[in-house]
Amino acid sequence: MDHGKIEKNLGLMLVLTMFAISIGGLVEIVPLFFIKGTVEDVRNAEGIKMVRPYSPLENRGRDIYVREGCYLCHSQMIRPFRDEAMRYGHYSLAAESQYDHPFQWGSKRTGPDLARVGKKYSNEWQVQHLIAPRSMVPESVMPNYPWLMQPLDTSDAADRMKALRITGVPYSINKAEYDNNVKEFGADVAKQLHIPDAQKNLIEQAQTGKYDGNAADVTEMDAMVAYLQVLGTMVDFSKLDSDNFVKFR
Amino acid sequence: MASVAIGSGEQYNYDIVRKFTIMALIWGAVGMLVGVTIASQLAWPFLNFDIPYITFGRLRPVHTGAVIFGFGGSALFATSYYIVQRTCQTRLISDGMASFTFWGWQAIIVLAALGDVMGYSQGREYAEMEWPIDLLIAVVWVTYAIIYIGTIMKRKEPHIYVANWFYLAFILATALLHIFNNLAIPVSLHKSYPLFAGAQDAMTQWWYGHNAVGFFLTAAFLGMMYYFVPKQAGRPIYSYRLSIVHFWALIFMYMWAGSHHLHWTAIPDWTSTLAATFSIMLLMPSWGGMINGILTMSGAWDKLRTDPVMRFLIVALSFYGMSTFEGPMMSLKDVNALSHYTDWTVGHVHSGALGWVAMISFGAIYHMVPRLWDTKMHSIKLMNVHFWLATIGTLMYITAMWISGIMQGLMWRAYDDFGNLQYSFAESVAAMHPYYAMRALGGAVFLTGMLVMLYNCFMTIRQAKSVPAGGLAASAA
Repeated sequence: MDHGKIEKNLGLMLVLTMFAISIGGLVEIVPLFFIKGTVEDVRNAEGIKMVRPYSPLENRGRDIYVREGCYLCHSQMIRPFRDEAMRYGHYSLAAESQYDHPFQWGSKRTGPDLARVGKKYSNEWQVQHLIAPRSMVPESVMPNYPWLMQPLDTSDAADRMKALRITGVPYSINKAEYDNNVKEFGADVAKQLHIPDAQKNLIEQAQTGKYDGNAADVTEMDAMVAYLQVLGTMVDFSKLDSDNFVKFR
Repeated sequence: MASVAIGSGEQYNYDIVRKFTIMALIWGAVGMLVGVTIASQLAWPFLNFDIPYITFGRLRPVHTGAVIFGFGGSALFATSYYIVQRTCQTRLISDGMASFTFWGWQAIIVLAALGDVMGYSQGREYAEMEWPIDLLIAVVWVTYAIIYIGTIMKRKEPHIYVANWFYLAFILATALLHIFNNLAIPVSLHKSYPLFAGAQDAMTQWWYGHNAVGFFLTAAFLGMMYYFVPKQAGRPIYSYRLSIVHFWALIFMYMWAGSHHLHWTAIPDWTSTLAATFSIMLLMPSWGGMINGILTMSGAWDKLRTDPVMRFLIVALSFYGMSTFEGPMMSLKDVNALSHYTDWTVGHVHSGALGWVAMISFGAIYHMVPRLWDTKMHSIKLMNVHFWLATIGTLMYITAMWISGIMQGLMWRAYDDFGNLQYSFAESVAAMHPYYAMRALGGAVFLTGMLVMLYNCFMTIRQAKSVPAGGLAASAA
């Protein structure tokens, strides 16, 4: 074919260009919304989903994680290698970030991977490390985050969950959705996912969890540590047959 | 008054090109200064000063935004408006719309930087801007597309020149990527949640992220190359046929390669295998562009001895060839297992960003400035000084990152005699320190070159204004 035809005809050139640049994305991304195995359905013996949406407090912590740009130095994606299994634990499942808007897999490990950092360190350690990382890890190049001790704005906790609900996260806004969550996630979790109770649940979790060491107030530190402590802890791999996951890869 | 009258009487709208050129220089200096700052923070963390607004996590998007969209974007607006008018032998269809793209784009860069330091972030690399800025980008971009396409429609030449193919592909692809990667549900003016989650979100983001490199930082700058290299060499493009083949192959294949950023992650294996396959094939069209540019010099190689602009252009093409070889190599799954998450990736990006994107822009701007202001460059000597600072700075930067990246990768997977991990993560961080210092120094050298250029161009423009030589100089006065 004579290329002269294309380069003399702007409309044709635009159409062909649009065609050429659309194919790759159509073939690689669009199917992932339809192929069932893309995100594993991980349930325990009772049929309850192991991976749940974040509680209102954890979700606020996650927002702070995004705000501070933690993803620029910390990944949340463990690869299926022997050294990563030894250092970080079981490789990450797609299911574990199925409610992550946005995903925070990261692209750089200036600091270690955080996909399974939950419960590895005490709350006290996390608080001290966030305020002054080098007091705990002398080699660290992480900035200090002393301002996380400021009070947390809890007023829009419900609004944030409402927006996430629109994207498809199963936070409940009425009885029917709540009941469905009880069936899928169990009663305790379903309560945390109920949007009308968001602010109450948030404050309650911060005060009983004592993430920042102080029950009296609700700080950004409470939210941040609550988020870090839940990372990678939802799936209990000891109760699952790991061969089960191979077929999804 | 006088300047408006003369300005609008020009055959071409050079006023908009001048404005974008000046902003490219300024954003280049600002963005690289922030780059040196964050590089220094990694070497000496006390530089974060416990101030939220200037911690690494918030300044890093300021750096990427200012250099990619501020410096690179302004350079692309400037060169594309320059090239489309000259190759179509017609004036931009609307001065008002062009002016809107200028002020709109500058507002976007400033707002994005302010949002970044405030912590208003979407948490997506190179797309941190929150939704109101995203909407503004969309409006400016559509205006840009209308001006560009409209101007080509008015062309006096039957053929659309090859540089314009690349700019057109860049404009279309950027619109496509920007829209789909920024679909989000707003909570407030400065907070939103992206529509997709987890694996699908990751695929969308790296489809965007990789093709921001592929189209914003490659295809468009190839358009720049296809105009300025033959112009400066005074010779026609080496092969017309090669330019056709590599253009279509490049824009088709780039879009498949994004998920090589997600090797070994929780996406289906077939997507990353496909991406790796296309990444390897991408070497061909990438080198097609490099070969076409470099061989355009045949018969004019002596210019490398005398012409600093030519030096910038040719070294840019050499770095382009180098990093488009390195990229496919790093997309091999086994290499990626070592290189991913390490500084090697950062080094690779900068051999492209400093060596290719910045160098070709420097060459193009040095070519345009004397023509836009109808004068001669203030100092050829300073251009040469800039050239060597830029080259040495780039080499220091990428060498430091190669060493630290490969060392990191090897330390993370090293075992002792008992089969335990040999190093704690903290030990690998400590081992990086000298290379982080070296990287900051390399960046500082590169930045110094940028400041030399800023000074040289400033003096050139000033001398043009002080010596009314008629024509363009008078209009600028």
